[in-house]
Formats: sequence, structure tokens, C-alpha cells
Amino acid sequence: MLVGAAPFGVIFGTLAIGSGLPVWLTLGMSLLVFGGSSQFVAVSLISSGAALPVIWLTTFVVNLRHALYSATLLPYARELPARWRWALAFWLTDETFAVVENQLRHPTDAKDGSWYWLGSSLAMYFNWQLWTLVGVVLGQSAPMLATLGLDFAMVATFAAIVAMQLHARPVLFAALVAGTVALLARELPYKLGLMLAAMAGVAAGVMTEKLSERVSRAAEPQALP
Amino acid sequence: MNGYTNAESALILMGMVLVTYGIRLSFLVFGHRAAFPEWLKRALRYVPAAVLTALIVPMALAPQGAVDVSLHNAYLPGTIAAVAVALWTRQTLAAILGGFVVYGLWRWWVA
Repeated sequence: MLVGAAPFGVIFGTLAIGSGLPVWLTLGMSLLVFGGSSQFVAVSLISSGAALPVIWLTTFVVNLRHALYSATLLPYARELPARWRWALAFWLTDETFAVVENQLRHPTDAKDGSWYWLGSSLAMYFNWQLWTLVGVVLGQSAPMLATLGLDFAMVATFAAIVAMQLHARPVLFAALVAGTVALLARELPYKLGLMLAAMAGVAAGVMTEKLSERVSRAAEPQALP
Repeated sequence: MNGYTNAESALILMGMVLVTYGIRLSFLVFGHRAAFPEWLKRALRYVPAAVLTALIVPMALAPQGAVDVSLHNAYLPGTIAAVAVALWTRQTLAAILGGFVVYGLWRWWVA
């Protein structure tokens, strides 16, 4: 996981600097927001000059899944003191959730669990800061990266991330619908097209999932009475 | 390069921090055995793929604003290459690099 996050940290730092974000904003996002996808999306929106509420709303939508993590991990955190929960919530990301949820489901000792949770949070956090910093330095020392097609680096990164999930059919449909709507609605003001496309894509994913469930249920052999 | 003042940039960051931390705090700190509705759980799984695709498709197919599927648009073969390499190798980094190589060569020789 630590290794997996490294290239994204570097790419984020390089892209942000290349897109004209100040260093403090780039590092500030990694230090205080600490949410990879939302940081990438914010860079893309900032470089296209989006309005502030649009950036906030998009951040909200992109990070909303963390509420699910927060709810899932609550039973394990219920006994912890409040300052622990405030701290652990700050570092709650996809990676931390995946690692911690897996570990806590097979607990050895409740006390150990919370330290394990804190430890992996901190490891993931400092790892992300380190690689963002490397990206920032790279972006500053090689400004010609921008002319080499930095915009495309963003497209390639997002395309690769999405493509890795395409083997699941609902994700494929979600992506197809989101992409089509985004293309058709790209002229709408305030990046409304992005929101519209995201909602249409999510709806398409959920509907595909429901449909394929119904089909597979219908195909199952009848249970004995 | 981007048209925000420092104060606006600071506001962008503060808003993002508040929104994100608020979401993460929601249940861990303020939640009391709230059940997460099943439909919302399902829906959230598709948000990243939908948002990322919604961002890249217009960039790849219409980089200048108008739909451009001509040979001059190097974004398109580059993106297709990135997706193909990702599906083939299951390596995100290889996909990014592969897309970049095709994009670069295309701009050099074709576009």
C-alpha cells in the first residue's frame, strides 16, 4: 500500500505545481485534506478556473464515501476516548480503511487494534507527505514537464485508475454513462456537467448492479420446497 | 497561471479541509449507531469511477472545447493506450507511462 501510493503522491505534486498551484497550497492539500482522489480532482478544477463552491461541492461528493468508512469503523472505535476518535477520523482514507477494517475483523486484542489503526494511519500519512514533496520538487525543477503535456498526465492517471476497476460490469456502465453525459454537458456553466455526469454514472452503476443481481437470481436453480 | 488570489486559494483549501474532515468525523465522533442505508452504500462505490471518467472524457475527446476525433488530437490515442495497458497489465503505473509514450510519439510524428 505504501509503495502503491508513491507514484500518485509524486504525480499529484508534479501536476499541481505544473498547473500553477502555489507550493503551499499543494503541500497544504496533502497535509490537511489528505485524500488522493479529491486532491487530483481539485487540481483539475483549479487549473480550469472553477468557482470555489464548485470545488467544495466536488470535494464533498468525491470524499462522501469516507462517511461509509467512518460508520463501518465506529463499532471498533466506540470504546476509544474522544481525542483518539478525532485523530483517527482525520487520517481516515481508502487505504487506511482497507487495512484497518481487515485487521479489526480478526482482532487479537482490542487495545492492540487501536494502536495498529493509529500506526497504519501515520505510516500512510507520512508516506503521502514524502511523495507529494518529491513531486513538488520535481515539478519545480523541471518546468518543461508542463509543455510535455501535463494535462495529458492527468488524463492518463485518471484513465488508468478507472480502467483498473472496469472488469466489474456496473463500473463499466457507470463510466460509460458518466463519460457520455460529461461530453454532452461540457458547456454548462459552473461545471454543472461534471455533477450531472457523476450522478448519471452512479445511477447507471447501481441499476446495472441491481439488474445483474436479478438476472443471476432468476438463473439459479429453484430451491427445494 | 491560475486566476485565484492567495486569499481565494486559502479559502479553497479551508473549504476542502472542513468538508473532508467533517465527512470523516461524521460517524466516528458524532455517530450513534446510525445505520447506513443500503442504496447509499451501493451508490458510493461508483462515485470515484464516475467522477474521474466525467473529468477525462471531455478532455480526451474535446481538448479544445469542440469534439475532435481527428488525427491531430493526441489525447485520444494516448488515453486509449493508457486504458489498454491498464486492462492488459493490471499495473496503474505501467498504464500511465504507456499512455504517455503513445501520446508523446503521436504528438511528435502524427499530430
